Amino acid sequence: MPRVTFTANLRRLVDCPSADVPGGTVGEALAAVFARSPTLRGYIVDDQGALRRHVVVFVGGEAVRDRVRLSDAVAPDAEIAVMQALSGG
Amino acid sequence: MDTILVGTRKGLFTLRGGEIARVSFLGAPVTAVLARNGALHAAVGHGHFGAKLHRSRDQGETWEEVAAPKWPEKPADADERSPTSGAPWPWSLDQIWVLEADPRGPDALWCGTIPGGLFHSADGGGSWRLVRSLWDRPERKQWFGGGYDFPGIHSICVDAREPQRVLAGVSCGGAWLTEDGGETWSVASRGMTAEYMPPEKRGDPVIQDPHRIVRCAGAPEVFWAQHHNGIFRSGDGARSWKEVKAKPSSFGFAVAVHPRDPDTAWFVPAVKDELRVPVEGALVVTRTRDGGKSFETLRTGLPQRHAYHLIYRHGLEVAPDGQTLAMGSTTGSFWLSRDAGESWKALSRDLPPVYCVRFAR
Repeated sequence: MPRVTFTANLRRLVDCPSADVPGGTVGEALAAVFARSPTLRGYIVDDQGALRRHVVVFVGGEAVRDRVRLSDAVAPDAEIAVMQALSGG
Repeated sequence: MDTILVGTRKGLFTLRGGEIARVSFLGAPVTAVLARNGALHAAVGHGHFGAKLHRSRDQGETWEEVAAPKWPEKPADADERSPTSGAPWPWSLDQIWVLEADPRGPDALWCGTIPGGLFHSADGGGSWRLVRSLWDRPERKQWFGGGYDFPGIHSICVDAREPQRVLAGVSCGGAWLTEDGGETWSVASRGMTAEYMPPEKRGDPVIQDPHRIVRCAGAPEVFWAQHHNGIFRSGDGARSWKEVKAKPSSFGFAVAVHPRDPDTAWFVPAVKDELRVPVEGALVVTRTRDGGKSFETLRTGLPQRHAYHLIYRHGLEVAPDGQTLAMGSTTGSFWLSRDAGESWKALSRDLPPVYCVRFAR
């Protein structure tokens, strides 16, 4: 199963341990994570389900292309990393 | 002993007896706070990870995350664009801008957001409902952002005697009034004028930029607005507004009205739109006690040389006694007055930029 990991900056705010979840796309894998911890959903996607503007998801080191429908395919052994853009002061 | 909640760019500070007694959410922007029926509510803007709402039932010792306002699914055929930038309207929470109590229920709350949504909760933030009757007004598509990419609702003025009467203030979308608890709305910013628009649009109530609107609790037909282009007062339940002029300036963001005397209100002037600092580097509070016919300039205890503080729209608050005022600045100073603004005492000069100030009891 794909493995989903989260940036330490997010782990500081909400409980989100790494998880092995079923799913053939980024959206399916994240949906499985959100089913386990519903609060986490709003931290990663906006009210319409698209990735938040300053959240980046990498699959095998590549940033996903479809940030709206999260349709990028993931292999069964994929590493999905939920990261953030850096900004602010 | 006063308990004062101070929301800042980098945390929530609780002051008791003039001292910082507690620090919560250190490092995170706290954009709105409310104390009600023993519960504290704090809106936390996590930037990358979105705006969240937290509630405490033990005076801030512990907090639990509760639901944040959330938009329903955006219709596929929704063609809504900002009239200024052309960007599509997001149906998604960006910032919680104001929280207010709804007296009709012990846990009922109103919330105003960016983009310009009004939300209602019947269960203290357990769940939220977008007030579609306002969101679906066709005029909403004419609203535009002032300082933010999209417009927002920053003022929710509830008539404590008849709480189904509520006014919402929008930057930049004027003021909107319901008299039936949010079933129907009418525009309530006639008489305001907007110098930032071409002449034929300056009187349009739908594009006005009230920075902050407050309502006199004891005389709920009276409202005061600190508008982008000056100070306006309504004495007829927001059916009409009249401009009043203050020295040294009528520009600013914050306004507070006395809880019982509708003719007494406080403002914190800055030079003008293009120069948002105190006039001549001297921070002052202006006060009218005659409904805006005249203003006093109050400066005792406030910095008078090279002072470049700005007081944001939620940075000035008057307590129910009508005598105690609290004020926090963008430069991280916080002052208290116990004599209706005649004199001020700095309780801190070292806070992060202050977004919002609220008395709690």
